[in-house]
Amino acid sequence: MSIVTAKTTPAAPHVDLSSYVTPQDDGKNALTLTVDGMHCASCAWRIESALNNEPDVKARVNLTTNRMVLAWNGAKERGNELVAKATELGFTFSPSDLVQSGNVSEEKFLLRCIAVAGFASGNIMLFSLGLWFATQASMGIGTRDLMHWASAIIALPAIVYAGRPYFSSAWNALRHFHTNMDVPISLAITLAAAMSLFETLRHGAYVYFDSSTMLLFLLLVGRYLDKKARGKARAAAQDLLSMMQGVATIREDNKTRTLPIRDIMPEMTLLVASGEKIAADGIVSSGVSDVDTSLITGETVPQRATPGQKLFAGMINMSAPLEITVSKASDQSLLADIVRLMENAEQGQARYIQLADKVAGYYTPVVHVLALVTFLSWLYLGIAWQKALLIATTVLIITCPCALGLAVPVVQVVASSLLFRKAMLLKSGNALERLATVDTVVFDKTGTLTLGQPKLTSGNNLQDVQLAASLAAHSKHPLSRSIHNAWNGELVKVDVQEEPGDGLSATYNGKRVRLGRRDWCGDMNSPKDDQLELWLNVEGEKPIRFIFSDALRPDAAELIRKLKSEHLHIVLLSGDREPVVRRTVEQIDITDYAAQITPMQKTEHIGTLKAKGRKVLMVGDGLNDAPALASADVSMSPSSAIDITQNAADIVFQGERLSPVLEAIHTARASVRLVKQNFVLSFLYNITAVPLAIMGEVTPLIAAIAMSSSSIIVILNALRLNRLKLN
Amino acid sequence: MDVLLYLIPLAMCLAILALAGFFWALRNDQFDDPKGNAERILRDDD
Repeated sequence: MSIVTAKTTPAAPHVDLSSYVTPQDDGKNALTLTVDGMHCASCAWRIESALNNEPDVKARVNLTTNRMVLAWNGAKERGNELVAKATELGFTFSPSDLVQSGNVSEEKFLLRCIAVAGFASGNIMLFSLGLWFATQASMGIGTRDLMHWASAIIALPAIVYAGRPYFSSAWNALRHFHTNMDVPISLAITLAAAMSLFETLRHGAYVYFDSSTMLLFLLLVGRYLDKKARGKARAAAQDLLSMMQGVATIREDNKTRTLPIRDIMPEMTLLVASGEKIAADGIVSSGVSDVDTSLITGETVPQRATPGQKLFAGMINMSAPLEITVSKASDQSLLADIVRLMENAEQGQARYIQLADKVAGYYTPVVHVLALVTFLSWLYLGIAWQKALLIATTVLIITCPCALGLAVPVVQVVASSLLFRKAMLLKSGNALERLATVDTVVFDKTGTLTLGQPKLTSGNNLQDVQLAASLAAHSKHPLSRSIHNAWNGELVKVDVQEEPGDGLSATYNGKRVRLGRRDWCGDMNSPKDDQLELWLNVEGEKPIRFIFSDALRPDAAELIRKLKSEHLHIVLLSGDREPVVRRTVEQIDITDYAAQITPMQKTEHIGTLKAKGRKVLMVGDGLNDAPALASADVSMSPSSAIDITQNAADIVFQGERLSPVLEAIHTARASVRLVKQNFVLSFLYNITAVPLAIMGEVTPLIAAIAMSSSSIIVILNALRLNRLKLN
Repeated sequence: MDVLLYLIPLAMCLAILALAGFFWALRNDQFDDPKGNAERILRDDD
């Protein structure tokens, strides 16, 4: 009888989350946890099923926010068992802050405003259909007044309720003696509604409740979508922070205990089990293992960790337990610095004033003054005040920045969908403006210029590959996975043991077989170069070398050449070692490069470039790139990047090719050209229409039609983006 | 067109019911997890 040892996932460290448990109204205890490691819905269902099968437990996973709410009857400590059970499935859980709730309630507020504005504009639209198509003769004053009143009753409360985002923003600006785009919008909506109410009261012929509510509805939709996009980016940064919450195990006076990560102090001895994330920066005091440093350095090949080695919070300990002497408290760790850098950079980005807002800064005061002057002049000329008000409102409507307000967003929408068809996701519209003025492009190496997946490149004997793959199948090391992927045939059955830090060993045909590092089982005398390697050592035979290389993306060299031909300065910043980086730049002809760069240094380098007046586009994929991405003028990342980096980037592109970088730049330049054309068109419209309105030649009806046609012209012009050849 | 006198208020009441329904759904957290709920209906094992 053979004893089958199951392949177990590393045992979950016993964590105590009871300090995070909150009692619910129904007497149950509840925990909110951030879940790491879910790839898809089935992962969520596995967690839910496993937990809901326990007596008196209710678990619900939210796939959108990656959080789980776990509620149970019983002691607070029962939560620890339940979480341990779920951790055995292969996911990690950390207690989450409820900071996210503020953002969510703002989104809900906007949704409510949208619902009311939509309800109002839809219903008023029905009345408007009748009102605009009928004449007074066919409809009769009574019916017309009924419809006016019905529209008024719907519109006025709806505007008061749904206009709050704009009214409060406009009021805030006015209180500080500024104007922003929300001021004319609020004014136009209010005046149009007030004037329409006035016309209704005096049995007038035309009312404009439909314009008022429809404008509000469309603007609110735009605002909501914008907020959602920002919310996602913020959530990613918070998920990163929640990685630093949770608990860790320390050894104190020959006993082990768990404590919250934020309480870890320097000089403590941290125990890190295999599979566990390292909670604080420190130096290894005992144990030998492989450590996944990709979160910090971006390198896919794990680093060997031996006593004396410096390790950082966020790295994952892979093969064997380690003891680490902590050197920095967790909020001083490299990871915390990276998150802080990111947040600072994002705030800086928010201060970027878009072209549209700049124009609004001048345009709006002028428009208001103009309307006021018109009103007063007509009064002075002896006209009845109602007529003067009508003319002034017509001026305000006709100068209403609809075309101006559309000039930029409509181009952004067309550009977004154009880029989407080319497998690029544009996250913020104003990224296009920033991308168009770029004169320097900074690239990361691993995962950006290269594919980030080491491939077996030495032409080895097929038998050797089969044997190596059979051993490699038992390891998660990236080089093992490459060998495993390189072999399509059957594997031989071997009983494999993992030697932490060194490799894999097994017995095959009576001989001892090893697959691992050069120092352990390779040929020490063979010439050393910088290529990634593994050695296969069959007892009694000569060791065989496997060489791997991380291939450059297929069009990397061509892209660099094209970018240079457009007079863009190219820089390569990589965390990898100098010889490897040098080999890469030789292949693609980049002269300005630096190796062994930390995330902080990357951000500083970009800061220096910006201080010299350069406009920087950063292309990167690792967490170590996220602060640099956020601090560059505009950023792109491949879709293979981790979530946090994708969220820090302005554009995410799919696929193995780098050509999206150039396409995005061309699209951005064309978009800016079209935006400028749109501004010209809107101003032309204003310059012809406004004098006519001031002179009283234009009725509000004609003003509304003119406004709509100017908007249509701007939209049609934007659609031209689809027809331009952008290569 | 006298029929409009009660048709219009009737239509508005129905529309307000719909709006109230939306507000209820929002309050009841129905929109909190669009991705999860979309996948949840495809589950077999409940």
